[in-house]
Amino acid sequence: MNAIIFSAVLGVLLMFSGIFFSKKSAITATAVVSLLVLLFVNVAETYSWFTITVDTKNLLSFTKFGLFFNSILITATLIFVLLSGKEIENTSVNTAEYYALIMFALCGISILTAFNGLLMLFLGIEIMSIPLYILTGADKRNLKSNEAALKYFLMGSFSTGIMLMGIALVYGATGNFDLVSVMNKPGSAGVEIPSFLKSAGYILLFAAMCFKVSAAPFHFWTPDVYDGAPSVFTSFMATIVKAAGFFAFIHLFESNAPLLGPSWKILVSFVTIATLLVGNITAVFQQSIKRMLAYSSIAQAGFMLLALFSNNDLAREGIILYAVAYCMATIGFFAVLIKVKDYTFEGFNGLGKKEPILAFAATVFLLSLAGIPLTAGFFAKYYMLASVIKSGGALWLVITAVLFAAVSVYYYFKVIQAMYFKEGNPEVAAGSAIYRYLLVFLAAAVILIGVLPSIVLNWFYF
Amino acid sequence: MLVLLLLLIPLITGLGLFALKNDGQIKTISLLSATVTVIVALLVVFTKATIIYDVPWMPTIGARFTLQADGMAKILCLLTAIAYPLIFVAVYARQYKNSQAFYGLMLLTQVGLTGVFLAADALLFYFFWELALIPVYFLSSIWGGEKRIAVTFKFFIYTFVGSLLMLTGLLYVYFHTADQSFAWQSFKGVSLSGKEQATVFALLFIAFAIKMPIFPLHTWQPDAYEQSPTAVTMVLSAIMVKMGIYAVLRWLIPVVPVAASQHAHLVITLSVIGMVYASLIAIKQDDIKRLIAYSSIAHIGLMSAAMFTNNAAATSGVMIQMFNHGINVLGLWIIAEVIEQQLGTRKLSELGGLAQKAPVMAILLVVLALANIALPLTNAFVGEFLMFNGLFHYNIWLMAIAGTSIILAAVYTLNMVQKIIYGELGTTTVNAKDITGNVKLVLVLIVLMIVVFGILPQHLIELVK
Repeated sequence: MNAIIFSAVLGVLLMFSGIFFSKKSAITATAVVSLLVLLFVNVAETYSWFTITVDTKNLLSFTKFGLFFNSILITATLIFVLLSGKEIENTSVNTAEYYALIMFALCGISILTAFNGLLMLFLGIEIMSIPLYILTGADKRNLKSNEAALKYFLMGSFSTGIMLMGIALVYGATGNFDLVSVMNKPGSAGVEIPSFLKSAGYILLFAAMCFKVSAAPFHFWTPDVYDGAPSVFTSFMATIVKAAGFFAFIHLFESNAPLLGPSWKILVSFVTIATLLVGNITAVFQQSIKRMLAYSSIAQAGFMLLALFSNNDLAREGIILYAVAYCMATIGFFAVLIKVKDYTFEGFNGLGKKEPILAFAATVFLLSLAGIPLTAGFFAKYYMLASVIKSGGALWLVITAVLFAAVSVYYYFKVIQAMYFKEGNPEVAAGSAIYRYLLVFLAAAVILIGVLPSIVLNWFYF
Repeated sequence: MLVLLLLLIPLITGLGLFALKNDGQIKTISLLSATVTVIVALLVVFTKATIIYDVPWMPTIGARFTLQADGMAKILCLLTAIAYPLIFVAVYARQYKNSQAFYGLMLLTQVGLTGVFLAADALLFYFFWELALIPVYFLSSIWGGEKRIAVTFKFFIYTFVGSLLMLTGLLYVYFHTADQSFAWQSFKGVSLSGKEQATVFALLFIAFAIKMPIFPLHTWQPDAYEQSPTAVTMVLSAIMVKMGIYAVLRWLIPVVPVAASQHAHLVITLSVIGMVYASLIAIKQDDIKRLIAYSSIAHIGLMSAAMFTNNAAATSGVMIQMFNHGINVLGLWIIAEVIEQQLGTRKLSELGGLAQKAPVMAILLVVLALANIALPLTNAFVGEFLMFNGLFHYNIWLMAIAGTSIILAAVYTLNMVQKIIYGELGTTTVNAKDITGNVKLVLVLIVLMIVVFGILPQHLIELVK
């Protein structure tokens, strides 16, 4: 409960910080401090140092897994703000509001990592999404940003509607919102058979969640929104928010997936392959790196869906690692991308010579996204593949996934080729010394986790 | 601990080099590192027993950092260790821009290669396998020829697809091991049904076949050899292709023996086709680098055919041939490098008459050529003999077809020698000079090894037993 309460309070405080501080950097500093506080209270709850307890009638349950995941996402937000704080300040005039909105989104995320009932799922998703609609349109003089915001809002509301309908159907079938008891009602013959209403409800929920994590065929909003939004906020949406969505997705289905019968596996594998296909193949043809990243984030979602398919302990470990690896690499790469003026591949030509540190860090992040060994991204993918193999059968799904992983190498390496093997003089905004150190530190962390992933997992098991 | 040094020395110097600026310093330090590695490698080789280094790595998933230097690993570590200083000396005169990155990446490649040969844990093996690939990708793409980016990328994608399939296969075996571990011992002891074995075989073999390469998965190779800077080509063809063969001997045949013998016929047939096909194409080549590349495919084809014959003598033939082929092809690449550096061309049609201008090089080239044809008294003879013998016992017809490649090898190799060193002096060759200094030293060393191991092959055979 700590994180939910604190994030709401801190969000309000951050909103008012705009009144007290005239200097934007002071607001950023406040945001950093607030995030540190939030991280601390969340960790405190994880190890039960101090906990604010509120009786939620079992609608929320704070498991260690959920709290740990929440800590990861808060840390990722912290890194994000530290790396890209300057760009958040430069987006437009309302710096304090942006940080407040990010904080509110974190409040939604904290609910999502703890929900134990469909009602809370809905609340979490909404609290997380609404700030994002605003952040997408943050650059209000930019037509593309406005269009993206409106599109996101309309499509988002639509999917929320579908989700509500699903919840309503499930409620109609079982009479409550509880996750576990909803699914474990024995059928007439003593065998657990989901009723038609319940199945239909869960299919609708599935579709709505697919929308939120931009899985095909519900991905159409993603490229436009990611491309149109100010790059800093794209970075936030594509990583932290998406990882939270995945956590909720997996948590929603982990206990009741077996009840949905064999058609469930077919459904998930269809969506997985469709997502991998659409994400990877379309990314290959992009001219703009930002748009390529939008599609690649769809492709990465396809890989994370494998955890939903296999639904075992390895998948749970894997999704942690995946969230860590993916957030680190994407936030890091976006932090480099923002500094470069021209978002096309040609805009990166010769970056290796002009900004060796930026280029090196970007290379590490790209290698990690591509899942090359010695980077964190490798173990993320490793765990996904291993969990599917462990769940038995489905070797064809693994082989399909790895072939698409090979396709992803194509577009990630195009950036590396531009940076190192082609000549050019890219326009790059200057970054502060702290920014550079952080970037190198993040790259080093990606490699460290790539060599010893147990660092992250041991924390979880501790 | 000794085997760990084989990895640590190039790793530390390789990373350290990136901080240096002075060209001379960089070259000296890399050469020094490579030389020290040779000494360590010799110490490893002369240790009679199998050396094992084992520490925990990722206990939660049952992966350990296990290095194991047995006969086969030793001989390949030795090859890697010997090849590096020879390469560094041979390209000593050449100026690479950003030489700290060039030599740094070269040494990191060495870590990967040595690691592949030493790893006795499947996940560690996979790590080193990729570690050997990534620096090479950068080396070839930055310092390579005109079409380097596209060609290297093709090579990278090809091998990466293979690696991912291999990872799938390794994971599949891992979940079937009794103790859920990646250790080589557990992999060897795994019991899989016939169908499961066939699946694993397919997944692993594709990866290894791409690396070797076996026909029809070889298409990346001639382009990559041609476009890479020669120092990298030497690493690729002298050492890296051996990774594929080694992997089959270490990770494929012992793990899925039934599937291996079931598919032996297919693999041997493909290899034999590849041998003849590559030899025929080699005859038509005008570019020295491409000629050596195709000749290399033919040689590798023989090794891949022989190791599936399930014949102990042929297998030890493969092991010593891996070493000898590495040495010989290194010599040929050095000659190609010298010619290209000096005369600015690699085309046979523009060369000729070098025997008059460069007699020492001509003599050394002739010896290398004879070794390439595997004439008796050269090092390659014993290995090829053992391999053909194994093939003979497996299937006489396949052996007869494969045998034509010996004749074809003589045709293209002698044709090359003739066009380079005999005939009239052309406009390009009229100012040619003989080799001197470092290059001469390296080539003489290589030729000495060819002769010594040709006359006394017993040491190598004992080592791999």
